[in-house]
Amino acid sequence: MSTYTPDQQAQPAADAPIVLETVVVRSWKAPIAFGIFTVIAFLLFIIWHRDGNSTFRLSSDGDVIQLPTVVLPAAITGIVVTILLAALTALSAYRVTSGKKVPLWLITVFGVLFMVGFLSWAAAGKAIPITGLLLGTVALSVPLIFGALGGVISERVGVVNIAIEGQLLAGAFSSAFVASLTGNAFLGLLAAMIAGTLVSFLLAAFSIKYLVDQVIVGVVLNVLVVGLTSFLYSQVLTKNENLFNNPPKFPRINIPILSEIPLIGPVLFRQTIIIYLMYIAVAVVFFCLFYTRWGLRLRAVGEHPQAADTVGINVNRTRFWNVALAGAIVGLGGAYFTLGSVGAFNKEMTAGAGYIALAAVIFGRWDPLKATLAALLFGFTQNLQFALSAIGSPVPSAFMLMLPYVVTIFAVAGLVGISRGPAAAGKPYVKG
Amino acid sequence: MSETTHNPPGTVQPVAPGEDPKDTAQPRSNRVIAEILNSSVVISILAVVLAMIAGAILIALTDPKVHTAAGYFFARPGDTIAAVWQSATGAYGALFQGSIYNFKRPDFLNGIRPLTETLTFATPLILAGLGVGLAFRVGMFNIGGRGQMLIAAACAGWVGFTLDLPPVVHLLVAVAAGIIGGAFWGGIVGLLKARTGAHEVIITIMLNYVAFYLITFMLSTQGLLQAPGSNVPKSAAMAPNAVLPKLLGDRYNLHAGFLIAILAVVFVWWLFSRSSIGFRFRAVGENPNAARVAGIDVKNTYVYAMLLSGGLIGLAGVSQVLGTVTSGFDNGIDAGIGFDAITVALLGRSRPGGILIAGILFGALKAGGYSMQATQGVNVPIDIVLVLQALIVLFIAAPPLVRAIFFLPKPDGSSRVSRRSAKKEVSA
Repeated sequence: MSTYTPDQQAQPAADAPIVLETVVVRSWKAPIAFGIFTVIAFLLFIIWHRDGNSTFRLSSDGDVIQLPTVVLPAAITGIVVTILLAALTALSAYRVTSGKKVPLWLITVFGVLFMVGFLSWAAAGKAIPITGLLLGTVALSVPLIFGALGGVISERVGVVNIAIEGQLLAGAFSSAFVASLTGNAFLGLLAAMIAGTLVSFLLAAFSIKYLVDQVIVGVVLNVLVVGLTSFLYSQVLTKNENLFNNPPKFPRINIPILSEIPLIGPVLFRQTIIIYLMYIAVAVVFFCLFYTRWGLRLRAVGEHPQAADTVGINVNRTRFWNVALAGAIVGLGGAYFTLGSVGAFNKEMTAGAGYIALAAVIFGRWDPLKATLAALLFGFTQNLQFALSAIGSPVPSAFMLMLPYVVTIFAVAGLVGISRGPAAAGKPYVKG
Repeated sequence: MSETTHNPPGTVQPVAPGEDPKDTAQPRSNRVIAEILNSSVVISILAVVLAMIAGAILIALTDPKVHTAAGYFFARPGDTIAAVWQSATGAYGALFQGSIYNFKRPDFLNGIRPLTETLTFATPLILAGLGVGLAFRVGMFNIGGRGQMLIAAACAGWVGFTLDLPPVVHLLVAVAAGIIGGAFWGGIVGLLKARTGAHEVIITIMLNYVAFYLITFMLSTQGLLQAPGSNVPKSAAMAPNAVLPKLLGDRYNLHAGFLIAILAVVFVWWLFSRSSIGFRFRAVGENPNAARVAGIDVKNTYVYAMLLSGGLIGLAGVSQVLGTVTSGFDNGIDAGIGFDAITVALLGRSRPGGILIAGILFGALKAGGYSMQATQGVNVPIDIVLVLQALIVLFIAAPPLVRAIFFLPKPDGSSRVSRRSAKKEVSA
């Protein structure tokens, strides 16, 4: 729903009150999407129902507070969930006909319900460790979240960042290399930030100084970084794996009381320092982007560079340094590959994470919090595929892996709400 | 302007009002030289040279022999320089021998084999480069070469190993299936862009992954693309009737796909310079708003362009699956050509002739790259080719950078500052 104020009539009487006209835009996208998912639920959970009980384990053995395991009969859960989904669809349709928006909580409830139905259908007769599922989600999401944050900053300031993939890979490589040489993981982290910034410098220099198309620079930088890191990996790292490619990993830090909260504690508060840095980064970027002078200037430059220039903001300098900052943040995400999860660097180890992060930026509508949630969602679908193939799921893993990309296509095509990026993103600014 | 100072006295004529002083003040020969120095061809050649120099530095820096010699640099600096020289020339020598002519082979027929390899590698690069270039000229980025190639390869491959048709017909049907597959995958992008305004870069990147996982699924499912009775995610071998014939006998790998590539170059040239739809393509590419005012259906033009672009890239997939790798394909059949094609199209400046030359150059880099990796005593990883490609494109995309490195004069003799001030005067 949106309101707009039409121009006042040609010659309004001096003392006549200004009447705002409101236009109600009814968006049927949410009810239609709900309807489609309800039909899918009906087909999967009721027509092709699977018998047996699905067990959800909410605690692992070492926890102080043990939650009971939840056992759901798959067939009955499917029927109940489908009925609830149908009810929610009807509710959203009713809200739209009466001119109201479909609120976010309704979409969230719908999504969670569908997921419960889907999990109990897919895991019929088996047990799913929920803690493990969520832990894996966080692990897979870390590079995506850092990448998405960098993408948000970069695009908000008006430079399209296709090079997230390259920044991640550069971060992963240099953190592994430096951390192995020095034996200090923190220096590796620093090196990753520097490497990400260097890729950003190239992106910024070519797109801001030489006015090369930002998409082209991004794509070419990805090729360059893949080539450089693979070349150095084969030529240098593999010659002496022990010396050059044996980085120390960050230890897990248990945060005293928080880590004992059932379900959430082990997932969020028994992690490495990179993940705690990520929490801080998300909060800081969100706050600064919307509540500080820096954020206001950044967004102004990305939306309307001419206006920003007129009030005395140096557009190109703002763009240059914020793109560099974005690179440093993405570089941290790259460090997670080598210092947080895998250990040693490998050729093209980011495997398209940068492009999923880009998808999260768009799906999150260029908002740091929503982009983080989108990255978590994409991490969850990726990890769900691992969890389901481990228990022998009926869904081919390729389709689960495909999901983030399909969702993004729908988002970009405007089928799931409108996603409109910063107005001046992708356009070089030439003063004059 | 520095050129005017070289003029012999008396040649400077009074400048008529409103006339560009440069046209009269500068001797013709100077202008010709300036034009040559600033032409895109010279920039392209210089960009290649620069990239090769950067690559040589990278190779020398990572060469253990150079490290050894540098250990006693101050005792005998000549050794280090010799080691650097040997490292670079060794690598590029192997590149030449692997891509053009191998002097170590006894006779001409064996010696020329690398050149045919170059053309074999160039074939899909040219075809996909044409597709990407076509989209560029309509003002669109087709980053979806990977997906379009995979879908096309799957379609052509499926026809190639399941159907049983007479010799020529089978090949034609398989090629047509590939074109349709690629055009379909590209057409989705055009349709979404035209109908919903979605940005084609995002859609193509996402469709790459969708295609990859779709093909992965089909290749590991019996009854779809997986070879019957196999556990490996790989298709069956192509039927002999569906394979593109070898051009120069079985001794060389060069196949008829290269002829298709040449035909495609001619077709795209004809399309853009002789056909009415090509005219519409160019008009939309230059300025979609002006094209709309002129009565061109811009949205449909986007769809047609993406269909054609996808079809051409699909041909690259066809050439891979029916020509280069005929023993069955896996999900890596695209071999990164979809992304290489972007660099080919940029280097070729989206012109059919340019793409032909750029495709052959990058084909040579690929063929030579394998030889650099395999040659004893050189052993430079093939990944250096990616670095060279990316550097070439970066340099080409920024002519001011290349001009600054080689101290070339600015085009049309005016600096950016003076152009800027001229613009200000106009707008004031």
